[in-house]
Amino acid sequence: MIEARGLSKRFQDKKRGEIRAVDNVTFTCQPGKIYGLLGANGAGKTTTLRMLATILEPTDGTAIVCGYDVVDNPEKVRANVGFLSTATALYPRLSAQELVEYFGRLNGLDEATLKKRVDDIFNRLDMNGFRDRRCDKLSTGMKQKTSIARTLVHDPPVMIFDEPTLGLDVMTARTITSFIRECRDNGKTVIFSTHVMSEVEKLCDTIGIIHDGKLLTEGTLAQLRDKYAEHDLEEIFVKVVGPLHSNSEA
Amino acid sequence: MNFHNIACVYRKELTEWLRDRRTLISTVLVPLLAFPILMVGMVSLSTMLIGKAEKETPKIMVLGGEDSPMVLEKLRAVDNLQIVPTTDDWKQKISEKEIRAAVEIPKNFQASLERNEPETVQIYFYEGEIKSSFGANHVEKFFKDYRDSVIEKRLSARNLPASIIKPFEVKQENVAPPEKVSGAALGGLLGYMVILLSMTGAIYPAIDLTAGEKERGTMETILSSPISRLDLVLGKFFLVLSASLTTAILSIISMGTSFYVVGRSGTMSAKDAAVLQLHIGPATVLSVFLMALPLAVLFAAALLTIALFAKSYKEAQSYLTPMTFVVVIPAVASLLPGIDLTAKLALVPILSTSLVCKEIVAGTFHWNYILLIFLSSCVYAAAAIFVAVKTFQRESVLFRS
Repeated sequence: MIEARGLSKRFQDKKRGEIRAVDNVTFTCQPGKIYGLLGANGAGKTTTLRMLATILEPTDGTAIVCGYDVVDNPEKVRANVGFLSTATALYPRLSAQELVEYFGRLNGLDEATLKKRVDDIFNRLDMNGFRDRRCDKLSTGMKQKTSIARTLVHDPPVMIFDEPTLGLDVMTARTITSFIRECRDNGKTVIFSTHVMSEVEKLCDTIGIIHDGKLLTEGTLAQLRDKYAEHDLEEIFVKVVGPLHSNSEA
Repeated sequence: MNFHNIACVYRKELTEWLRDRRTLISTVLVPLLAFPILMVGMVSLSTMLIGKAEKETPKIMVLGGEDSPMVLEKLRAVDNLQIVPTTDDWKQKISEKEIRAAVEIPKNFQASLERNEPETVQIYFYEGEIKSSFGANHVEKFFKDYRDSVIEKRLSARNLPASIIKPFEVKQENVAPPEKVSGAALGGLLGYMVILLSMTGAIYPAIDLTAGEKERGTMETILSSPISRLDLVLGKFFLVLSASLTTAILSIISMGTSFYVVGRSGTMSAKDAAVLQLHIGPATVLSVFLMALPLAVLFAAALLTIALFAKSYKEAQSYLTPMTFVVVIPAVASLLPGIDLTAKLALVPILSTSLVCKEIVAGTFHWNYILLIFLSSCVYAAAAIFVAVKTFQRESVLFRS
């Protein structure tokens, strides 16, 4: 489970002064559910997810992931999280198998468990054809599968996806979305950020709309439709963000 | 600190490092081939050029001497001199390398010799120009031989033995053992090379493991794993240190072998060749490495820290290139004559290590300085590792955009 409690992140910028990238964000993600964080570019999605994955430390507030505080126990949190984004690239000079094994070892798996886990994942994701091929020689689809294998190798109960389909072709994006569904079906807690409305509609059990670092609204798709009297998610998004967006643009 | 994780990071970085062609070139091939190519190339080239210059019959102008026909005749008879007609622009001709030298024979030179009056023969040449120097030397040798024959004639006319003008000989003889001779000549160079190469060997991996990771997008991948940043930076640091020491060791092996081969090749004089035979025992080599080790640690940690500030490979290169000068200047200063170890200099990093290595190779062990330098270098190295670890925990550096 993930509980974000007043999560905030401020950065200092030489030109713009203090920037509130995330401002007092609170939400809960349940096991076996997908929480979708929907927002435009620069809304604060990546910073929020990086704080949940303990890559960044919150300036204020905290989050509890699988019972561990992200500020007090960042290493325990990371051991329970699988983090995947378009920014998490692969080591080009390692083979797909070496890469997955490396992350398995860093997660403390013993060699026997690691071998069993790697064989299982490579069979499940149909990766045996390129397991010994260096990552810099893999196609985009193969790279995505290898990234998925990396996040799965320690079988984490929480999965964090930061715009995982950004820039991918339809077929590769489908591999990712079906993997996200599979995670939910296996009882994992899933949080997923995107600005693609159709992905949210297809995948998410709960949707949170974030803008200018603030979580403006959240609920199931049905709840949001009722609340904003709109059927189309894009219209709902514009209704929630629109006035603020015009202000921030001005 | 988790040793399993540090070893895990080290093994992975080593695997990637060994698979990188650029690494093999900069860390293995360049240090192995640079010295043989430089040494053999330089020696062969200089031998060829000097041999060519020696074989040349230099063109010489004679200024004056019309009233000393016998001297002129003997001078013209010398095989390895070509006397050319005298012109007024002889100075310009020497400068423009049209002739190699000019010799001025004083007025009434021959008559003065017969009257036992002192005279001076002046040789003009182009200083620093090797062929001109050879020409001047040939002329000087002729006149010295001629002077000896005049002395011999004068002594025999007076029935005096040759020993009357040379009552005793003066000779110099080296009594220092060969290791000290080569140590004094090359000791400074050895320390300098170890220091410089342990720095240059660390540059490429330091960039690859920091700015390179950022550029490739793998920094976020590794930061999302449960490894602590302390273990991560230590694993990377040990790899950079390994690269640094590998480059230094390979370079020293290559340098020693090159000196040995060139010294034995017969292309140099026996005296010069003897100096090139590094009579350095394993204990000395080990001592030099032991002294240079904390410095290599300092370089590895400092370069890793600086390169981490960069967002890209190019940016890191522009940060680290000036670092070469920071290392070269004190290392070169230690080679200057007259700079000796003092308690104050013993605290100056790089310079102190270079100076003490020079002394160790020459067989001098100032234990108080050795201890002081080793300890101070260890303190600097520990401080550099501390800064590297702290820098790896700064989000503003890791995610600089």
